[in-house]
Amino acid sequence: MSTKITGAEAVIKCLLEEGADLVYGYPGGAIMPIYDELYKYQDKLQHVLTRHEQGATHSAQGFARATGKVGVAMATSGPGATNLITGIADAQIDSTPMVCITGQVATHLLGSDAFQETDIVGISTPVTKWNFQITDAAEIPAIMAKAFYIARSGRPGPVLIDITKDAQLAELDYKYKKCTSIRSYRPIPLIDSSKVEQAAEVINNAKKPMIVFGQGIILGEAEAELKAFVEKSGIPAAWTILGLSAMPTNHPLNVGMVGMHGNYGPNVLTNECDVLIALGMRFDDRVTGNLATYAKQAKIIHFEIDPAEVDKNVMTDVAVLGNVKDTLAQILPLINKNSHESWHNEFKKKHELEFEKVINDDLNPQKEGLTMAEVLEQINIASNDDAVIVSDVGQHQMFACRYAKFTQTKSNITSGGLGTMGFALPAAIGAKMGVPNREVVAIIGDGGYQMTIQELGTIFQTKVPVKIVVLNNDYLGMVRQWQQLFFDKRYASTEMINPDFVAIAKGYHIDAKRVSKREDLASAVQEMMDSKDAYFLEVCVEKEHNVFPMIPTGASVSDMRLS
Amino acid sequence: MENKKFTISVYSENNIGLLNRISAIFLKRHINIESLTVSESEIENVSRFIIVVRITESSVKKLVGQIEKQIEVIKAFYHTNEETIYRESALFKIASDLLFDERQIQNIIKESNSEIVTVARDFFVISKSGRRSEILDVYNKLKPYGIKQFVRSGRISVSKDEMAISKILKDY
Ligand SMILES: Cc1ncc(C[n+]2csc(CCOP(=O)(O)OP(=O)(O)O)c2C)c(N)n1
Repeated sequence: MSTKITGAEAVIKCLLEEGADLVYGYPGGAIMPIYDELYKYQDKLQHVLTRHEQGATHSAQGFARATGKVGVAMATSGPGATNLITGIADAQIDSTPMVCITGQVATHLLGSDAFQETDIVGISTPVTKWNFQITDAAEIPAIMAKAFYIARSGRPGPVLIDITKDAQLAELDYKYKKCTSIRSYRPIPLIDSSKVEQAAEVINNAKKPMIVFGQGIILGEAEAELKAFVEKSGIPAAWTILGLSAMPTNHPLNVGMVGMHGNYGPNVLTNECDVLIALGMRFDDRVTGNLATYAKQAKIIHFEIDPAEVDKNVMTDVAVLGNVKDTLAQILPLINKNSHESWHNEFKKKHELEFEKVINDDLNPQKEGLTMAEVLEQINIASNDDAVIVSDVGQHQMFACRYAKFTQTKSNITSGGLGTMGFALPAAIGAKMGVPNREVVAIIGDGGYQMTIQELGTIFQTKVPVKIVVLNNDYLGMVRQWQQLFFDKRYASTEMINPDFVAIAKGYHIDAKRVSKREDLASAVQEMMDSKDAYFLEVCVEKEHNVFPMIPTGASVSDMRLS
Repeated sequence: MENKKFTISVYSENNIGLLNRISAIFLKRHINIESLTVSESEIENVSRFIIVVRITESSVKKLVGQIEKQIEVIKAFYHTNEETIYRESALFKIASDLLFDERQIQNIIKESNSEIVTVARDFFVISKSGRRSEILDVYNKLKPYGIKQFVRSGRISVSKDEMAISKILKDY
């Protein structure tokens, strides 16, 4: 049965068909027909008015990352649409499923430099998995169905649908059919069992194998398969920043983070292992350091859903294409049980060294100034290692990823590939709305906080009870660290004269506190966690503390510096 | 690895915007496109791009992987010159009096297997298709007499090996 409705109403109905009952956005002229329908559908579809369109995309991303569902963001044409771009680019590089809907000037005005016209399809092309401009209302149901299918299937990503104003106003015969396939698109490659067997043989013959898992595990919902594989094979498992939380932090086979500021053991031992098993990760340059010296001695096995990632950065010996949930399930029965004890001891030894040189000073500093790591430790304690941690970009992000502890998957939300400052505050809003029963704590630097600080308004208006922790070092800390280490301490434009953050939070009617003394930290964190409402905590930390270990750009993972 | 000339063939749905998407892949990697031709293919509603680039084999492999990743792309291939039959086409516009006054021009046309497309009062047009070097040869020979306009198309090519697109489409 079909009924005549407007294109704008069709958009809302399509969203509901896809299970999207929460959208983030900001209105404007070219998308007003859709907003008008939102008014009518407000009991079925919640629209969250962010304070900037960038906030809408990051909130949609936070929602998607915490729930595994598709996040939705909306904006008007022109400046509204261009303001989405940072979040879209972030979602593209971090494979986050998101559908963005933009209004566009009327079809007859396209290309005329009309008021608020911008070629958003052209602009967003390099940073979307797919995009499309609708000029005919009749296309809306099919294109919306396609958009959601593309955003969530295979390797997920952002999709942008641009709809001209006349198409929103015109009527169509509405009928919805979910999209389940597209002729030219194969989201998941077929599994080649001979590759699985080859991989199993290499793994069974390995003396010093190690695993590096990435976000593919989380996106493919392969956490149980990963755990079974790791436990049966006894292989030490390290993670990339986006793989974090796919395996509980305290799992005995979890050996820490790889990458520029990862843990010493898994980085250095990458260049000693005989087999490197990459699971749903893409050998980002922040992970590999200098490719010329990366794991040259090791056989590389790459489990991957996206064929274009295979041999892109690191040449593989065996590529196992497919969804890692399926390929891991297939390889499990072929894997010998093992414990690799002496090899594990190598990781333990390296960990002891890192503990003595770095971790102990971070967690139990002898100096007066608070460290970022201590704050994370207090959050672990107050949340029983069970919070969703949303981090921004900078030193605090690295401390959050290094020191936050997790028991559940989808708990670490951060901007990995793009490194987008301003991500965390809006992403935390989306995450908390996605998983309202979980504690969501945003960890943000004083720099990044001010990039999207206006989203405090969204928090105040929606009453979403997120916890916001700003680790204030009065510097753009990560850049300052580089200036100190590689630019002769020439601190060009990295010192920040900051406003009264507590007063600002209070101005938005959000409970707020500032701590700067160690003896006040635990109780302040506890008070924040106990609060039923949104809460802002500013922690004044050591100004010139550095994140170590570190692989300087261009250096080898074996040359990781401990100080 | 040394740079070589590759012909990339892309079979795709015939959709607005795909050209932009594909050219963005080259732009992002700072790869110059030597020539680009888009046309219908042997399959209804399936377009074929022929893109010529001079890069290393490992880059062309990655490039093709990224192109194939695009939703509307059915399949992309790359071939060396030896693996394809390829041609380009060129048009030369020349003043008409030369055709009669300069006998040598008629010889050039005959020897190069060029074709006279049209003869008008003021000008005549020669078309020549073949490899780039053959077209260049005609160009160099005609140049001393004065060429009013010259244009050359991008490469078109077919592969010696089968590409089996119809089968791929059936298997999807
Ligand atoms: C949008 C954006 N602009 C610039 C950068 C470069 N950048 C990376 S980290 C950083 C400093 C972050 O400072 P702050 O937010 O105070 O955090 P801290 O490093 O002090 O913890 C900068 C400027 C970035 N990642 N994102």
